[in-house]
Amino acid sequence: MSTDDTVATLLLNPTLCDGRGMCHDAAPDLIELDEWGYPLLPGHTLRADLTKGQLKAAEDATHACPVLALHIERRR
Amino acid sequence: MGRLGIETRSSLSMHLSEYGPLPATPRRHGSEPGSLVDEVETAGLRGRGGGWFPTSRKLRAVVESSAGRGRLNRSRHPVVIANGMEGEPASSKDAGLLASSAHLVFDGISAAAATVGATNAFLAIHRDSPVIPTLLKALDERHAARLDPLAIHLVTPPARYVASEESALSHWVGEGVATPVYPDRPFQKGAAGRPTLVQNVETLAHLGLIARHGGAWFAELGAPSAPGSTLVTVGGAVRDAGVVEVPTGTPVRQILELCGGATEPVRGYLTGGYGGGWVAADGFDTTAWDPESMRTAGAVIGASVLWLIGESTCPIDEMARVAAWMAGESAGQCGPCVYGLPSLSDDVHQLATRHADAADMARLERRLSLVSNRGGCKHPDGTARFVSTGLAAFADEVALHLDRRCSVTARGQGPAAMPVPPARLALVDVSGRDFE
Ligand SMILES: Cc1cc2nc3c(=O)[nH]c(=O)nc-3n(C[C@H](O)[C@H](O)[C@H](O)COP(=O)(O)O)c2cc1C
Ligand code: SF4
Ligand code: SF4
Repeated sequence: MSTDDTVATLLLNPTLCDGRGMCHDAAPDLIELDEWGYPLLPGHTLRADLTKGQLKAAEDATHACPVLALHIERRR
Repeated sequence: MGRLGIETRSSLSMHLSEYGPLPATPRRHGSEPGSLVDEVETAGLRGRGGGWFPTSRKLRAVVESSAGRGRLNRSRHPVVIANGMEGEPASSKDAGLLASSAHLVFDGISAAAATVGATNAFLAIHRDSPVIPTLLKALDERHAARLDPLAIHLVTPPARYVASEESALSHWVGEGVATPVYPDRPFQKGAAGRPTLVQNVETLAHLGLIARHGGAWFAELGAPSAPGSTLVTVGGAVRDAGVVEVPTGTPVRQILELCGGATEPVRGYLTGGYGGGWVAADGFDTTAWDPESMRTAGAVIGASVLWLIGESTCPIDEMARVAAWMAGESAGQCGPCVYGLPSLSDDVHQLATRHADAADMARLERRLSLVSNRGGCKHPDGTARFVSTGLAAFADEVALHLDRRCSVTARGQGPAAMPVPPARLALVDVSGRDFE
């Protein structure tokens, strides 16, 4: 659910992601891994709204991904 | 006598004498008042491929995505793809429609192409479909009569379940690879990057009628929330399995009567197809066959399949066979699908063979919640719904299996087993050539 606190949205492309888990290593509090080693964003879908406090972790995760499967969409 | 003429095989001359000629659709006036898009909106037509999405909205989206296209720049010229793949093994309505009323479907393709200003149109059908000769003959007839404003090509993608998902179909038409594409949506960026309208063949047949008679005529029949008539494939423990055409909103009981009724006491129904959901038999036959009423009853209208499980068949066994096939149909791109679906399938197999305990069921529940909403297409979501609704609808049978028993072993297998195509080896060469 998008709220007033939302500053950006984290997007995962599952067809690119190869489950190496580097996003989790970079941001363990934001991204969990499932039993098969694939990332679970908050809310367990392919998009997660981010508060200001989560933005830094999301950026770290995005930069850590070797296949560019993560992407941040900023709020205008 | 239904609207779609599924009772008789029509040649072009029979088709024209039955329905009359298709009125010319003005080209490149997609969204303007009085256009076919307006009529489709008045009709309230919703797609018959499984999603029941409003067709007028899709037509408008394609028209809008093609805005700014130039005469020399083809990159925004729309493409129309008629989806005649019918990947659902338990469904045969599209094959029946194409066998009897191919010209009505081609009329719909023509009208849709003219409405969105498409420069290419395709009918996609499984490469081993027995209907192909009929379709080629119909296209020859139309070509000789110069009926269509553009050439309609028959294309035959691989016989994979997800190859008929709309982004996969666009991918195949554009690039010859039948895997789903994420996150681009076909109406914006489909075949070869062009705005692409993908519609089920039954949707297009209805469009062929709306082009002739208008939207108000179309909406005279059926449930107000999803008007018109609809084809239903009825199978399993039923006397006359096959395809019927009924007004939307027809009670399930009446559909069953058209098919001669059940052959034995019914314990549950699979609705919508293998990507649909199970419901227990109790009271379900009063439910109306339209998307809203079905949802309220905890069912899914989906691809309009109604499959009866009689008391002589073990539903857990059926679920295990189908889940294993669905797992093998993953396109091999997304982890929660590639690894999640075989895990689900293993759990159901364990239950069916009576080796599961409460801890295994807890693991299955957790896995079910982890495969939905995480794939590049809705294949995992459909498979998870197939399993989770089955566990709920047949909770008694699940309990028996956990107790190492089954209510039907003594009576043996039922006669009407769910159709499951030959299994593929999951996890082996998943990106391999059979998607090309
Ligand atoms: C795994 C999967 C398989 C599908 N298979 C078919 C199919 O065989 N035929 C079909 O018409 N739609 C199928 N669909 C739905 C299509 O993606 C698409 O929504 C539909 O063709 C659009 O047509 P409509 O709006 O006229 O319903 C499938 C969807 C998924 C997720
Ligand atoms: S780092 Fe990228 S590829 Fe690896 S698991 Fe995370 S999103 Fe997937
Ligand atoms: S969810 Fe499964 S079938 Fe759909 S694109 Fe991903 S791997 Fe392919």
